[in-house]
Order: sequence, then structure tokens, then C-alpha cells
Amino acid sequence: MNIFLTIDLPMLAEKLILIVLVVSVSLVVAMYTTFAERKVAAILQDRSGPNRAGPFGLLQPLADGIKLFFKEEIIPTFSSKFLFILGPALAMITALMTSAIIPWGDKVHFFGRDISLQIADINIGILYVFGVLSMGVYGIMIGGWASNNKYSLLGALRAASQIISYELAMGISLIALLMVTGTLSLKEMVLQQQHGHWNFIYQPLGFLIFLICAFAECNRTPFDLPEAENELIGGYHTEYSSMKLGFYLFAEYINMFISSAVMATLFFGGYDMPFVNEANFAPNIAALIGIAALMIKVVFFLFLFMWVRWTIPRFRYDQLMHLGWRILIPLALFNMLLTGGVILYLHK
Amino acid sequence: MELLTNRGKMVSREPMNFWEKLYLPAILKGMAITFSHIFKKKPTINYPEKQRPFSPVFRGLHILNRDEEGRENCTACGLCALSCPAEAITMESAEAQPAEAHLYREEKYAAKYEINMLRCIFCGLCEEACPKDAIYLSETFAPADYQRKQFIYNKEELLIPHPKENPEAYKKALGNRVKREVVKH
Repeated sequence: MNIFLTIDLPMLAEKLILIVLVVSVSLVVAMYTTFAERKVAAILQDRSGPNRAGPFGLLQPLADGIKLFFKEEIIPTFSSKFLFILGPALAMITALMTSAIIPWGDKVHFFGRDISLQIADINIGILYVFGVLSMGVYGIMIGGWASNNKYSLLGALRAASQIISYELAMGISLIALLMVTGTLSLKEMVLQQQHGHWNFIYQPLGFLIFLICAFAECNRTPFDLPEAENELIGGYHTEYSSMKLGFYLFAEYINMFISSAVMATLFFGGYDMPFVNEANFAPNIAALIGIAALMIKVVFFLFLFMWVRWTIPRFRYDQLMHLGWRILIPLALFNMLLTGGVILYLHK
Repeated sequence: MELLTNRGKMVSREPMNFWEKLYLPAILKGMAITFSHIFKKKPTINYPEKQRPFSPVFRGLHILNRDEEGRENCTACGLCALSCPAEAITMESAEAQPAEAHLYREEKYAAKYEINMLRCIFCGLCEEACPKDAIYLSETFAPADYQRKQFIYNKEELLIPHPKENPEAYKKALGNRVKREVVKH
């Protein structure tokens, strides 16, 4: 019984509430990202998107979710039912896990305690994101393998190799960023970027490489060959129906949301609102301004994802691999060497 | 190779220059074009709040006509049923009793007149075949329904409103129709 007295119950409660809040916000934002995708696609194509379900079509994602629940669950007969169900579950879990270390805002002051709006402020911050990202490959591979369908397997192979290839360039461009910031922790990086000097101006090439790799990691156009409908029917999610398919599609949108948040935090100042000195406000108001600033940046990045999707055609598989290995990795290495050289020169 | 017309354009097969190989300038140009589409006018018409106007000869729902005094024109001659390529019209005739003479133009009238809207192809051949100007196709289309049974329209639903009892409804149902000459006996 004594062991329960040693647990810091208020902190546990605070973390639990924060986790529930962050996960539900991620889910709701991902839901409305699907709606925004359809609306943005329509606006860019001279038509109006869904506007019938609820006022201005705002209840459309709810309708989509309910539709997916009502569809028939088809599980093909083959060896491993466990793996079939595990695939989408893994994709969803890894997508949600990465939201744990993003600093959503500054401190909030409730009940006499200072609560920081980051679930886990670990000092290996961005490395955790990379670890979870690598695990995300499992979700797709298991889904493709357990479908008992050679085309799904091909699609899953392509997806996995694409993710692995672009992870490398992402990591190398991140090393250049780490040389500038000197710390892996995301909170430290945001604090360094206060008052106007965002990392984007120190690392423009690094940001470009990171952006391209983020597109590839989320399986978004122009890198969306794994789920290209006309090439591989559905790729790794051909055999899935109902909510398991919903999980795969949803996990992609959550990945998009988290990638946008990570990019905003790393390169664009996170929850820093430019031209506003947060110290002038009460802590809760400052935190709210910070959250609003981060959300605006995330929305801009999401719009960028969709804008690019409806502009350019997708890469062929060999062009994709060529870009990842033979163009982006040398470019990232060059960026790293350049950054190292400039830092050395400036410190002399 | 000889070109048959003078509209052929030679495809340029030069290798890409540096800016083209970068892809990024071309992508940014494309993104600017897509962005400009946000501000263009959308040609979508939000049905059912707004409707596209139809021409006066639009072939929509059938209407059984009456003359100016309100007597039904249709004499159940069967020419419309005969000419219908989809066999959508069926009818049964009856003889008008002297007490009902004000309702019908001639002695023979259609006691039962049914059009199966699911079979009808809205070709307008019935309108062309009718010798009494009794049936014509108006400007509305058949509304949706949940059961197949509801799509078999009988005479009451097809008849135009009475011009003496219901003049506004009659005028509205008449619409912009171009009338043909009626053969007088």
C-alpha cells in the first residue's frame, strides 16, 4: 500500500489529462483535415467541396466515420488473423505516439501549479520521433504481408522502402540543424527560437530537404505510389474494409498533422508568435497565444501538403528511389558539411 | 516524314537545362497556377437551392391537357401507347354518360390512364403522336421516391389543373409550351 503514496498523484493526473487532451485534439484535427482536404481539393479545382452534411458540410467527417463503422468487416481466410488486425493498430499507435514530445505551448497555471503543455520533455526529443517513425514501417509491412495478396505485398514493399530511403536524408538534414541548435530537446529548440530568429533562416536548405522527406514519409503526393489507386489498386490496404481501412487512412492524416507540427517546431519557432512579446501577458494568456501560433503554422503546413498534392503528378518508383538516394542524401551531406564549415569559421 | 496537316508541332527533345533539372522552379510555377484557381468563379450550381433554367422544348414530366372549358382532351385512342418505344403507357377506355358530358370532350374517354415513369424514356413520341393535343411533356422532371410502385403515375396525377376552378395552377402548369394546331372534327 505504501507504494501508492510515493507516486506523485497530482503530476500523474496532470499528465493523464494532458495525454487525453492531446490525443483527442490530434484525432479531431485529423478528422477535420480529411474534410479540409476535400474542400481544398475542390477549391483548387474550381468546384465546391462537400457542403450538404451539416452547415457548410462541417459534419462530413462524422458521416464518413459512421459510414466506415457500418461497412461489412471482411477478413480473408488465411493463416494469421492476428497480424491482419495488428497492422492498422500499429500504424495508428505509432502515429499517435509521436505527439507526446511536441511542445504545444508554454506553461499554464492552474490550481497553483505550473503545468507545461508538453507530455514528455525528454532530452533526446527529436531522436524519439525518429525511432517511432521507423516503427511506423512495421504497420504497413505487416498489413501488406498479412493480406495474403501479392499486389498488397508489392505495395507494402514499395511503401517500406520509400520510408526507409527518405528517413536517411531526413536524419542527415537534422544533424545539420543540431549543429546549429546544439540540443535534441524540442522544448530547448523552441526556447532558442524566441524573439524572431527562427531556425529557418539558419538552415533554409535543411528545411527544404526536411520538407521533401516529410512528404515522402507521409506517403503524400508526389510520393504516394504505395497507395496510388491506378497503379496498385489500393496497395497495402487493398484487402482492408470498414474501420481497419479507416485506421490506415486516418493514421496517414495524423502523420501529416504531426509532421506539420514537428516542422513548425523545428524550423519555424514552434509556439512562438512573431512580433509579440509573451512576457507581457499573464501566463495562461501567453500559453493560449502560443497554442494559437502553433496551430496557425500547422494549418499552413497542412494547406501546403494539400496544395502540392493537387499540383504535381506522382513520381515513378525508380524516379522516387533516384531522388531519395542519389540526390537528397548527397545534398543533405553537402548541407551538413557547409553548416559545419560556416560554424567553424564563425567561431574562430 | 510527311505531315498530313499543317497543325503538327515538333516536340522539343533538348536535354533539360539547370533550372529545369531542379524541378523546383517548375513546381513553384505550377503551385502559383493552382493558387490562382482559388479566386476564380466556380461554375457549380447548388441544386436544389438554385436551378439551371430549361429551354421551352425541354422534355420532362407528362401532362394530360384540358381545353379552355375544362374538358379533358384525351379520348383513349391509344396512339400514344402504340408509339411509345418503351411501352410505358397503358389505358382503359370508357363511354361518357350524358351526366358527365361536361367533363370530357367526346364520348370516349380514358377511365384509367397510367404511365410508368421508370420505363418512360422521355422521348416525346407520345406528344407527337397524339391527335387531340391531349398529352405533352412539360418542363419539370420526375421527383425521386423510395418505392417502385410510386412511379406508376395514374390519370389524376397527370392531369393539368382545371382552368376554371384553379386558374393560377393551370397557367403555371401550362408553362412556356409551344402549342400545336388541334385537328378539329
